[in-house]
Amino acid sequence: MASGSGPLEQFTIERLIPLHLGPIDISYTNSALFMTIVVVASTALLVLATSRAALVPGRLQSVAELAYEFVAGMVRENVGTEGMEFFPLIFSIFMFVLLGNLIGLVPYTFTFTGQIVVTFALAIFVFLLVTVVAFIRHGIHFFTFFFPKGAPIVMAPILVPIEIISYLSRPVSLGIRLFANMMAGHTMMAVFAGFTVTLGLFGFLPLAVNVALYGLEFIVAALQAYVFTILSCLYLRDAIHLH
Amino acid sequence: MDAASAKLIGAGLAAIALAGVGVGIGNIFATLVSSIARNPAARDQVFGIGILGFALTEAVALYALLISFLLLFTF
Repeated sequence: MASGSGPLEQFTIERLIPLHLGPIDISYTNSALFMTIVVVASTALLVLATSRAALVPGRLQSVAELAYEFVAGMVRENVGTEGMEFFPLIFSIFMFVLLGNLIGLVPYTFTFTGQIVVTFALAIFVFLLVTVVAFIRHGIHFFTFFFPKGAPIVMAPILVPIEIISYLSRPVSLGIRLFANMMAGHTMMAVFAGFTVTLGLFGFLPLAVNVALYGLEFIVAALQAYVFTILSCLYLRDAIHLH
Repeated sequence: MDAASAKLIGAGLAAIALAGVGVGIGNIFATLVSSIARNPAARDQVFGIGILGFALTEAVALYALLISFLLLFTF
């Protein structure tokens, strides 16, 4: 699926600056370019917004404060006050995914969150971090997480493997959810754009659908960033509070 | 039956799973509307959970779509 024709062509990775470290290909690709743009943009937004911090915020400062308060509220509500030490991570994940999704909607850009390797890397990082945090806090007691309180002990041989499998499937579902949403959205838009061209005179019909799809993609971009972040918060809550 | 036709048929069959997702999403929003109608003051809390539920259900739709695409383009 790396390079297809037609609607899947928009997902091809292009090497902008070929680099090799021995046998390993570490070229600077179009995916890496847009990740850099997103990181620079979100850093610039926050640094510039707070450079002349006023008690009554101006427009730019309000935007940064909105983003901060939204994620901080999410972390405080779902993880608790001890979760605030993870706030920089959660905020970075939120901004990275949100801006990554949104920048993909600009024509001629590359949606790096539509690459399974990117979303899976983020998901597995969150999963490993959450598991390590749980081990540090609870030690061997962590394994009681897989046996829900109040369940009869006879059910344990059935319940524990199911719980373990569902725990291990968390990074997979987290990564695939974001990847599939982005890829499906962009592929659909490309397919309808193709129809617009081939239908000629009646091309305004798929064009109208495409406009509606574009609006939907804006909602999906924000929603998927929110869902990724809130699931990370919930997994963190499970790790810190067990049950 | 050759592999190419089998792939196309398989991709079509995988899309049948989207029916369940349609029912699920309809269920979520039906309950959301009904609960806001019963208690308009709870709107802000219920709406957030409703949207989270919608996104998680939509993810299942995309898993089915992913299987369909995998069959069509990679195997």
